[in-house]
Amino acid sequence: MYQFSGKLKKVSIAFIIIGVIGITIGFLNAPSTIEEAKEIIANQAAHGAHDTTHEEVQKETHHNEVKGTSHLHDENHDTKEGHYNAKQEAHASAAAHGKNHKNEHAAHVFHQLQNKPWSALYVSLFFFLGISLLVLAFYAIQRVAQAGWSVVLFRVMEAITANLVPTSIIMVFVVFAAVMHWNHMFPWMGEGIFDPTSPNYDPIIAGKSWWMNVPGWAIRSIAYLAIWNAYRWFIRKNSIKEDTANDGGKTYKLNYNVSVGFLFLFMISESMMSWDWIMGLDPHWFSTLFGWYVLASLLVSALTVIAFVTIFLRSKGALPAVNDSHIHDLAKFMFGFSVFWTYLWFSQFMLIWYADIPEETTYFVARFNEYKLPFLAMVVMNFVFPILLLLNSDFKSVPWFVLLGGVVILAGHYIDVFIMVMPATVGAQWSFGISEISSLLFFLGIFIYATFSAFAKANPIPKANPFLEESKHFHYYNIEHRGEGSSDHH
Amino acid sequence: MESSKVIHAFYNDDEVLMDAVKSVKAAHHHIEEVFCPFPVHGLDKAMGLAPTKLAITAFFYGITGLAFAIWMTNYMMIQDWPQDIGGKPNFSWFSNMPAFVPIMFELTVFFAAHLMVITFYMRSRIWPFKEAENPDPRTTDDHFLMEIPVHNNEAEIKALLATTGAVEINVVEK
Repeated sequence: MYQFSGKLKKVSIAFIIIGVIGITIGFLNAPSTIEEAKEIIANQAAHGAHDTTHEEVQKETHHNEVKGTSHLHDENHDTKEGHYNAKQEAHASAAAHGKNHKNEHAAHVFHQLQNKPWSALYVSLFFFLGISLLVLAFYAIQRVAQAGWSVVLFRVMEAITANLVPTSIIMVFVVFAAVMHWNHMFPWMGEGIFDPTSPNYDPIIAGKSWWMNVPGWAIRSIAYLAIWNAYRWFIRKNSIKEDTANDGGKTYKLNYNVSVGFLFLFMISESMMSWDWIMGLDPHWFSTLFGWYVLASLLVSALTVIAFVTIFLRSKGALPAVNDSHIHDLAKFMFGFSVFWTYLWFSQFMLIWYADIPEETTYFVARFNEYKLPFLAMVVMNFVFPILLLLNSDFKSVPWFVLLGGVVILAGHYIDVFIMVMPATVGAQWSFGISEISSLLFFLGIFIYATFSAFAKANPIPKANPFLEESKHFHYYNIEHRGEGSSDHH
Repeated sequence: MESSKVIHAFYNDDEVLMDAVKSVKAAHHHIEEVFCPFPVHGLDKAMGLAPTKLAITAFFYGITGLAFAIWMTNYMMIQDWPQDIGGKPNFSWFSNMPAFVPIMFELTVFFAAHLMVITFYMRSRIWPFKEAENPDPRTTDDHFLMEIPVHNNEAEIKALLATTGAVEINVVEK
């Protein structure tokens, strides 16, 4: 049995404490009045850069909206009447914006700065929650596929999914905070958005109110978390039961059936989760493959995390049955899903770029103007680097190569989530500072604590799994296992 | 001519064949060729064959295809007959690059795949309609054949092969 060492426990608790302190500082530093925000803007103006880019984007957005108006007007005169009016209104408000720009801008920045510590927390929360969730889904896939190779990694995956519980609890808190208007990350929850008599009325969002309404959103959010946690609780309990059940595979078959059911619910809830929790941040914009895109990003991160935890535990001697071929397979998945992510990222980008419809391009305009460096760096980190590093078959079983590639992949996909959330919530006011780093450390601490304490609680190998022997003897034909002679395998 | 004499040892199981190859190599005899009805994993390593360099050629063929695609799209769509792509008449290759990515991808794969096959044909000295150099038709069905050249040690090799589970041992003039 693996012992969760006191040293690692101290490190994780230190991360959590540092994280909490940093997150608190972030919240205290956020402006609480519009005057404070104006002061911050004045300070930024001294620096110059942020302010100008922001105004450029404002202009561009308005310009696009006007273009969109005439376009829609020509083609869908009757059906899109409501839409057309909305655009007119947006245009009108844009004109007002020009007159009263200074004050409106200050109010706008004030809201963005207030959102900033929330968004920092939310990005890290979603990243870690998503990774734990996708590890759970990958684990369910292994059960449903009755995969032989991965059985010795089952307890590693189960241990990582333990992180789903604390992150879900924090997610419930964030959902509650959004419903209570403690944060304003979701613009469609604003006052009067659905009220035609209100100056804030937004007919585009009002048209989506059958889906985008606060009670529905809150209930769905809780339902997703409930489904995932229920499966995790069940499968963890019954996986341990398998070890000693000795019931002719009855428990094993039950676990198989429940995993099939979970995967069905997961594919639906994952897509809906990505609409509710991420796409809803930009309520005017939509993309039909967004659920897949989020899935790909989280899946490649999840596989990287499985590889990391496996390599760490193996180096501590806790996983004697894991050999180089298992690492090789995980690295193959990291490589393959990096390409898959790029494929989806580019599919989404190219169609929007080609069609050039203003309502769709605003999403990328905001990201390309204000987030150019992370936006482009992400493509290099998530595609070019893993491709070149992990292309060679021999490199995939060398732990430090996998670690090197994995660190870049994880950083790249953190940036990916960052770019999904931040442009909508804080716009040009983004930075990578105390709030962001502390949130990462906070969730990293929770992850370490949850994962390794869960791993220490069960047998490191599911010893009654019918495919255990196959997994122990797993050998990818093309590689030599280090520390083994050629006589160990034929 | 002594050197043109070879021994053909037949096996009817890939596991037995693998062990036989290992014991023949352990006795320091050269194995000329092994004929199999299907690929046997690990056989190349057991025979002491150098790892294939086909993967490296594939990488460079892919790079060639990518370069060709960049040149081709630039020549066709920008230089020779400038096109207004997606309502963005900027006439620069880089600004239109997203539209060319599928072409770049396809030609990378096309070049890598086709040139790899051609390279494999040339290295193996085979081509369409070439007559098979198969010493025994049973190796296309359910038998494995190991070919060992004889250098005045026919009896020794035969004795060794007899212990490895060969179902048939023939000495053939080549």
